[in-house]
Amino acid sequence: MSANIRPSGVFDTSYAQEMRINRTRFDQVLSAGFLGVILALPLLARTGPFGIDIVQPGFLGTVERIAIFMIAVQGLNLLVGYTGQITLGQAAFMAVGAYSTAILLRGGVPFVLAPPIAALFSGFVGLIFGLPSLRVKGFYLAMATLAAQFIIPWLLRNPLAPWTNGANPLPVPRADLLGLEISGLTLYYFLIIMCLLAMLAARNIIRTRTGRAFVSIRDNDVAAELLGINVFAYKLRAFFICAVYAGLAGGLLAIEARSISPDRFDLRNSIELLAMLIVGGAGFSQAPIFGVSLLALLRETLIPSLTPSLQEWLPRLLPFIDAVNINAAIAPIIFGVLMIAFLIIEPRGLAYRWEIFKISWKIRPFSY
Amino acid sequence: MSKAPIKLSVQNITLRFGGITALDDVSFDVYEGEILALIGPNGAGKTSCINSIGGFYRPQSGRIFLDGRDITRLPPYQRAKLGLSRTFQNIALYTNATTLDNLMAARHIHMRSSLIGEMIFWGMAQREEIKHRRVVEEIIDFLEMESIRKSIVGKLGYGLRKRVELGRALALEPTVLLLDEPMAGMNVEEKEDMARFILDIHERRGVTIVLIEHDMGLVMDIAQRIVVLDFGRKIAEGTPQEIRTNQAVINAYLGQAE
Ligand SMILES: Nc1ncnc2c1ncn2[C@@H]1O[C@H](COP(=O)(O)OP(=O)(O)OP(=O)(O)O)[C@@H](O)[C@H]1O
Ligand SMILES: [Mg+2]
Repeated sequence: MSANIRPSGVFDTSYAQEMRINRTRFDQVLSAGFLGVILALPLLARTGPFGIDIVQPGFLGTVERIAIFMIAVQGLNLLVGYTGQITLGQAAFMAVGAYSTAILLRGGVPFVLAPPIAALFSGFVGLIFGLPSLRVKGFYLAMATLAAQFIIPWLLRNPLAPWTNGANPLPVPRADLLGLEISGLTLYYFLIIMCLLAMLAARNIIRTRTGRAFVSIRDNDVAAELLGINVFAYKLRAFFICAVYAGLAGGLLAIEARSISPDRFDLRNSIELLAMLIVGGAGFSQAPIFGVSLLALLRETLIPSLTPSLQEWLPRLLPFIDAVNINAAIAPIIFGVLMIAFLIIEPRGLAYRWEIFKISWKIRPFSY
Repeated sequence: MSKAPIKLSVQNITLRFGGITALDDVSFDVYEGEILALIGPNGAGKTSCINSIGGFYRPQSGRIFLDGRDITRLPPYQRAKLGLSRTFQNIALYTNATTLDNLMAARHIHMRSSLIGEMIFWGMAQREEIKHRRVVEEIIDFLEMESIRKSIVGKLGYGLRKRVELGRALALEPTVLLLDEPMAGMNVEEKEDMARFILDIHERRGVTIVLIEHDMGLVMDIAQRIVVLDFGRKIAEGTPQEIRTNQAVINAYLGQAE
C-alpha cells in the first residue's frame, strides 16, 4: 500500500532490493533502534547485571507478555486480517498449546521440542475447527468457531482433569536449554527472539505465494478460484497457521508464567485478542506491535499507576464501583470505550495511522 | 482452419435458473489457435456459456472437454491449472491492490515454494519471487502498463482496469483465454488498443481465444469463426462471411432492434 511512495532519490536496482522488508534508511534505523531499546531494557533494571534502577522489573514481565501475545495476535491477523475469515476461538487454541507444552515438559520432553510439538498439535485442532469455513462465512463462521471456545476449556476442566489439574493451576517445570536455565534474563531474550522469528515468518508468508492467496480470498473469493487458488485448502491453511501461532504463544505463556489454569483462556480472552488486532489494524503486518502493546501497557502499567488516585475519587462519583478491586473494575470499561472509539474513528487501526505518518514523514518537505 | 485439433469442446450444454433456460442444448468446438467469437443479443446466454466453461455455473446436462479431457465436474481452480483463464464482463480485480499485485497473484499455479520455504524466504522463495516477477514484468511491458505498475487498480479508469484484468488473465499463461466483452464501455482508441492486444496475444503467444463482443465490425475483423446464440440456443456457426449473410442471425438482430 505504501510501497509505491518513497522519498525522492530512493531507487531499486534489483527486484530483491525492492522486496526487502525495511526498504528505506528510515525504516532500517527505526526498526534497529526499537529493537535495541527492547534488548537493552533488562540491563537497565535493578535485577540486571549493572544494578541500574531505571526499569521496573515488573515492566520486563509486561514486555515478555507483549511478545507472547504479539505471536497470538499475528496468527489471528493472518486468518482475520489477511484471509478475511473469523474465529472466536484463538484463546482456546492458546490453551491447547499451553497445556500440551506443560504436559510435555512435565513428561520430560526436552524444552526445544515441547513448544513446537504443542504448536503443531494446536494447528491440527485449529484445522478441525476451520472445517465449517467450507460452507459458512462471517457471522455463522464466528458461531461455528465459538464451539472451539466452549469445547476446549470444558475438556481441560473436566474429562482431561487427570492431566490438566482441572480448574486448578497446573505447575510448569522450569525450562532449560542444553543445561542453560531459561529464566530471568535468558527467558526475556528467549521470548523476544521467538517473537521476532514469528513476526519475520509471518511477514514472509504475507509477501509470498500463500499470503497473496490469502488476500485474494479475502478480497474476492470468486476471482481467487479463477486464478487457480484452491480456496478451501487455503482457508484451512490460514486456520492452521493461525492456530499454530496461538499454540506457540500458549506454550510460551506456560513457560513464562510457570503455571496455567483454564480461566486464562476463556471467551473473554479470545475477544480481547480480536480487540488487540482491531486496535492494531487488521490486515497490516505491524498490527500486533501496536495493538498488543497499547492494550497490555494500559492494563499492566497505566491503569495500575492510576489506581491510587482513582481509588480516592471514583467511588464517590460511581458509588457502585468496588474501591478495593478498582483495577479489575476499570480495565473492561476503558477497553470497551477504546474499542468503540477505534471502530468509529479509525477502524483500520493504529498500523494504518502509522503508515500514513511514515509516508508524510518520508516525502517531506515535498508532499505533492 | 478446421484441420487444427479441437482444443475446447462444448457438448449439449443445458443450463437453467429456475424457470429461465439460459442455455438450451448448446454445442460447439473451439479449434486450437483460433479466435472464436460468441455473439448474440442481450440475455442470449453468452456469459452463461463462458461461466459454464470456466466452472462457475454448473449446467444441468451436457459435457465440456478441454484437450480431450472431460472437465465438466472440475472446480474452477482446477480448470485454471489446466490452462483455462478468463476476464469478467463486470471486471473482478483486486481493487485495493496494485497492478503488480494483481498480476503476481495470478502466478499462483506456477509457483512451487512450500510454506516452510516461504516462512524462511531467503533462498528458494526469494528466487521464485524474482523469477515470477520477471514474467509479470514482461506482461506489463507487453500490455504497455509500465506507468500504472504500482497504481491502485480501483483508482484506474475503466479502460485501464479492463487492460489490467487482461494482464492478470495472461499471467496464468493460459492455453485458452475466455474474454467476456473486453471492449465494452471503451472509446474507439481504447478499443483499437484492446483489439491489437488480443491479436498480439493470439499471434505471439499462440493462445486460443473465445471472445464475447457486441461490436460487429470488430468481431468480423478479428474472429476467424463465430457462434451465434439467441434465447439460449445456438442459431448459427461459421466464418464471419457466412454469419453476415445468415438469415437466422439477421432475424435475431432485427428482432432485437424492433
Ligand atoms: N446467476 C443467474 N441467476 C439467474 N438468472 C441468470 C443468471 N445468470 C444469467 N441468468 C439469466 O440467463 C439469461 C442469459 O444471461 P447471460 O448473462 O448469459 O446473457 P448474455 O448473453 O451474457 O447477455 P449480455 O449481452 O447482456 O451480457 C438471462 O435471461 C439472465 O437473466
Ligand atoms: Mg454477458
